[in-house]
Amino acid sequence: MCLVKAQLTIMMIALGRTVAVLGIAGLFLFSGQTWAIAADGPVAPPPPTSSIEQALTQVTSEDESVREAAIRLLIEQGDVSLVPQLDEIRANADRSVRQPIKQLMDLFKNRAKLTSPNTDVRRSAAMDLGTSGKPSAIPWLDAAAANEPNRWVRYTMEESAALLKLASDDPSIKAAAADTLGDLRSQNGVPVLKQLVEAGDGAEASEPQKTVAKAAGAAIERIETWGVWSNAIETFFRGISLSSILLIMSLGLAIVFGLMGVINMAHGELMMVGAYATFVTQQIFKAYLPPSMFESYFLTAMPVAFLAAAGFGLLLEATVIRFLYGRPLETMLATWGVSLVMMQAARVYFGDLTAVIAPGWLSGGAQVMVGVYLPFNRIFIIGLSIVCVLGIYFLLFRSSLGMRVRAVMQNRNMSACLGIPTRKVDAYTFAFGSGLAGIAGWALTLVGNVDPGLGQNYIVDAFMVVVTGGVGKLAGTIVASLGIGGLNKLIEPSFGAVYGKVFILVMVILFLQWRPSGLFAMKGRNAD
Amino acid sequence: MESNKPKEASPVKAEGAAANESGPSRRELLVQGSKVAAGIGVAALLGNLGNWALSYAAGKEPIKIGVLHSLSGTMAISEVSLRDVVLMAVEEINAKGGVMGRMIETVVVDPASNWDLFAEKAKQLLLQDKVAVTFGCWTSVSRKSVLPVFEKNNGLLFYPVQYEGEECSRNVFYTGAAPNQQAVPAVDYLMSKEGGGYTKFYLLGTDYVYPRTTNKILRAMLLAKKVPADKIMEEYTPFHHQDYQTIVGKLKKFAAGGGAAVISTINGDSNVPFYKEFANQGLRAEDAPIMAFSVAEDELRGMDTSALVGHLAAWNYYQSVDTPQNKKFVADFKAYCKKNNLPDGDKRVTDDPIEAAYFGVYIWKQAVEKAGSIEVDKVRKAVYGSKFLAPGGEIMMDAANHHTYRPVLIGEILKDGMFKVVSRSKGLVKPEPWSEYTNPEKGCDWVAHQGTYQKT
Amino acid sequence: MTDGTTGTNRGGGLAFWIVGFVLLVAMPLLNVMPPEDSWLHLSDFSLNRFGKFLAFAILALGLDLIWGYTGILSLGQGVFFGLGAYCMGMHLMLTIGKESVYGSDLPDFMVWNQVKELPFFWKPFFSFPAAVLGAILVPMLFASVFGFFAFRSRIKGVYFAIITQALALAAWLVFNRNDTNLGGTNGLTDFKQVVGYRLSEPFTQRGLYVLTVLCLGGAYLMCRWIIGSRAGRVLIAVRDSEQRVVFSGYTPANYKLFVFVVAAGLAGLAGMLYVPQVGIITPAQIGVLPSLEMVIWVAVGGRGSLAGAVLGAVIVNYGRSILTNYFPELWPFILGGLFVLVVLLFPDGLVGIIRKGKSLLSPLKAGVGKAAVPEGER
Repeated sequence: MCLVKAQLTIMMIALGRTVAVLGIAGLFLFSGQTWAIAADGPVAPPPPTSSIEQALTQVTSEDESVREAAIRLLIEQGDVSLVPQLDEIRANADRSVRQPIKQLMDLFKNRAKLTSPNTDVRRSAAMDLGTSGKPSAIPWLDAAAANEPNRWVRYTMEESAALLKLASDDPSIKAAAADTLGDLRSQNGVPVLKQLVEAGDGAEASEPQKTVAKAAGAAIERIETWGVWSNAIETFFRGISLSSILLIMSLGLAIVFGLMGVINMAHGELMMVGAYATFVTQQIFKAYLPPSMFESYFLTAMPVAFLAAAGFGLLLEATVIRFLYGRPLETMLATWGVSLVMMQAARVYFGDLTAVIAPGWLSGGAQVMVGVYLPFNRIFIIGLSIVCVLGIYFLLFRSSLGMRVRAVMQNRNMSACLGIPTRKVDAYTFAFGSGLAGIAGWALTLVGNVDPGLGQNYIVDAFMVVVTGGVGKLAGTIVASLGIGGLNKLIEPSFGAVYGKVFILVMVILFLQWRPSGLFAMKGRNAD
Repeated sequence: MESNKPKEASPVKAEGAAANESGPSRRELLVQGSKVAAGIGVAALLGNLGNWALSYAAGKEPIKIGVLHSLSGTMAISEVSLRDVVLMAVEEINAKGGVMGRMIETVVVDPASNWDLFAEKAKQLLLQDKVAVTFGCWTSVSRKSVLPVFEKNNGLLFYPVQYEGEECSRNVFYTGAAPNQQAVPAVDYLMSKEGGGYTKFYLLGTDYVYPRTTNKILRAMLLAKKVPADKIMEEYTPFHHQDYQTIVGKLKKFAAGGGAAVISTINGDSNVPFYKEFANQGLRAEDAPIMAFSVAEDELRGMDTSALVGHLAAWNYYQSVDTPQNKKFVADFKAYCKKNNLPDGDKRVTDDPIEAAYFGVYIWKQAVEKAGSIEVDKVRKAVYGSKFLAPGGEIMMDAANHHTYRPVLIGEILKDGMFKVVSRSKGLVKPEPWSEYTNPEKGCDWVAHQGTYQKT
Repeated sequence: MTDGTTGTNRGGGLAFWIVGFVLLVAMPLLNVMPPEDSWLHLSDFSLNRFGKFLAFAILALGLDLIWGYTGILSLGQGVFFGLGAYCMGMHLMLTIGKESVYGSDLPDFMVWNQVKELPFFWKPFFSFPAAVLGAILVPMLFASVFGFFAFRSRIKGVYFAIITQALALAAWLVFNRNDTNLGGTNGLTDFKQVVGYRLSEPFTQRGLYVLTVLCLGGAYLMCRWIIGSRAGRVLIAVRDSEQRVVFSGYTPANYKLFVFVVAAGLAGLAGMLYVPQVGIITPAQIGVLPSLEMVIWVAVGGRGSLAGAVLGAVIVNYGRSILTNYFPELWPFILGGLFVLVVLLFPDGLVGIIRKGKSLLSPLKAGVGKAAVPEGER
């Protein structure tokens, strides 16, 4: 898990970087890719070996044995520089010959890619060679693995080499390869290993086959034991990830609910405002700023999303909610009406789906262990939710505004008597809660659509979090979202998404039996 | 000019219900109610006046046609484009003198992505507006919900979207693909050498009739082609599903060892989260390509395509199809959207259902002209076997089964949201509403038989 | 908001019979008697559509009982409606027999879902009486279980609203699943007949309409009786101050449970009448949004007034039917705007407006029709 931490640190640094640095990083990435593409082409003119020349003419031979011999020779002696020639031959060849030539070309290309500067290219080339079934690739992979700096590319190279060795005729090499795959905990090896076990199980299996089967069986067992663990880790991460999404959505909702006893049904649409603000920022960057700045739009969009949603929140408070204080059910209904209007307005104004392109440093993921792959966008949201919680904590418990908010929460009348402008506190808190919804919407663009229905997708879950968490306690919201998100992901693999949700509803109802006002109810005598 | 009557009649009822009021306020309500009624009556009258003027100008009474696509709600994203293209086709036809010298007048209604409302609106179009033909529906649910209405009242519906087959209605013409024109050839392609020779298939879809039936057919087909049952996985998610973490995790395990392809019938807004999660968990199109049946240019227009590049789709038409009539069609559509100030104007794109909706209008026009009447039974017969030079190339209506001969094109998604055709069928593919894999004994024929029949 | 419920009903009684006459006799007659091109003629389509609205009105009565009179906001009324509708739908589905597209004894969707045998919970619905009973009793049973747990632990106000909303979401998800064997997203449709009468015949539809009117009348009288009874006064007292009710020695939970179950039964009845008239029932009718829309019927009509509930259900649905024709994209704006407007400015809905207008017009009578202004939400 230390890699996760490293990843987080890198992201935090990235967050702190200025626009210009990001731009330069983008440029660097871009140039790296062009280099990679250039490496695919012919590097140097081929040494005109007569045997290669001859083999090239024999590739299209009518005689199958001649053809195969030619291909074998080409594999041994040729390299990527032959690709253009082969391509030409292929274009004129019969359909039956094209397929082997194509395989040959792929083999050469992949071999060349093994030395590419781009880790992804190296890795996928190694993977392709592993499934090509051509034993001649084994020495290439071994050689490449010896010089490979990246741990996971090296892993793939070793895995691919072992996979190719499994097809060897020599039982001792086979058994050793099975052992290696076991060492590597390679999920990709399981299907082939299973075949070997089956071959050894047969009644007429020879002695060496049985030895190989035994080694394969042992390897499978190790791989599968590890599979259980990696699965558990991934499930845990998924639970945390969903929880963080729920948390980030519920925070604003919970604060407003705690202070005013109001459930804002338009909260989902305020998230939508945040998401659209992100989209608009992106469009502005696209239209008016140089492409090198584009990557930085995402961080710029965060304050924009916050302010846009907070602005909408202020407006909503001033025009609707203000008149409905002390009538929570009416507030719910009125805000639902507002949510309908906002949704349709977005549909009319923005029309269809709108795409927010995740910045490069947030796409893809990090492999932390064999079989455990953690997407950057989800790590980012987890980090963001922690930052938000800390921010709210400091605002509520370490600032004078926070003190006032808490005072009003605990006893509105008394606070008013002491000279706290409760109306203003309400308005600011509502705006702040709405701004948090905007940030949630901003973060959600990383995992899903930006569309008018954005808010509706998770909002009922967020309501459940707030209700379960109870009024006015930050800890309640955190625990409730962890509980609901974690439980959801725990149930989903075996029962499916639908029954996961139904089960959670039942749990919440039963839970409210035990604690009718949520996890951390406000203590006091003003229960009704 | 009769259509305003029911509209007036109902406020009377409303006010009747109002009189239910238990108190002395009944009279006020009556006044209120009659005012509402009067208002609606006037509105309806004005509307009718416009119609009347139109028909007067044309010299003959216009032909009314219905457009039944959701303009609000979740399906609006897809269906609005179909309304636009139908209106564009009507405008083209009217500009050239209409049908048999009569103008076409469209009645556009909004079923608001609500399946029950689809049935009500269909009833309204047939019984109240008495339209000659209706162009509409996208989801199979909506089609299934209006089907009884069209059959009961002998209406005519042109349905422009690929669907799951197993239907053979006398009152519907299907201009989209049947399973054997999309799903089956797509999987055939994946199994073929040039397609990559995939051996394991993960059938993933949204939980409704189209994915369920398509996957049933595909499973039967894969089993018939000796793919072992444990190499086929089937999974469904609810509509609007957003969190694909668990499913991609399962998929990753399934794909381990190579040779796996994903057959996606995921609908609408679930696609973006799915593709994003797929890419972010380290899966690549080269390892496990996703073959999608519900992702076309119009949906891609609004997506971040970076996660989709290299994945596949199967359709019968792409905007990138290179024919002169297609170039004109695409340009016309963009111009039409711009001219009418529709959202996104000339950035709009065309796709398979849009093309199918477009040529549907022309097929109907040709049939009306051939039959010399707008009577449903005559038009129906005139449609059989008719041909039309559609934007994507010439298409032909089947001689008996109400479906359309179309070419099959496998496309690869490009960065700009367009498709590169990687495989194309030889000529047009005959539509088979009943799949040879699941219902080999059934056929659909409205000439020699009465719809679905048992082959002997 | 208590007037017209406990007071004298002279005018109300008369109005009830007049409306009853118009709905029950005049409208079907207008449908049958005048020739088709006469301006008096009421088309089959209009009558059928109006029947649907009246079925919704039955549901609105129940919702008014629980929200308007008892002050409990249920955002899951669509679930009970759906349960009733599905019970009847299952029966109608089973009577299709071999007339279906696939020509199988099983409902169509089971054929394409590869279900070979009728699931056990479908079997009772071969019988029509069982379906009718089920349509009313299943929602009531479900409501009593749910309500028992909810009210026992004193879940109320916003908490109750959110829980019922989650219930609607969960029910929507479950009904949408094809594995539930209730037709998935497509729901149940393509019905052919009810107790031997073809649904495509205008005669059948007219009969269903009359039946709906009779049920609505019955439900109205029953609700009025409940409100007028001693229990009804306790309910209103619960709305106004639950604590005082407790202090007076009552157990509010029991009364709340009672009214919740009655409302669920009415919703089930509405669903049962809705299905044969509309010809389709899908999960889209029972989710979060439809359940919220049901609340707006009552809010627009005027909560705390039974007539208001009926009026609201008819007007909102009629408005939707008309406006989605002329201004399809405006409908959500209108619906949402209506909601805000009603809640902010006219908490008593149309009925409240009318009463206010009345009291302004005739100051002498002001005392009789005193408009009820809520003294704040509790």
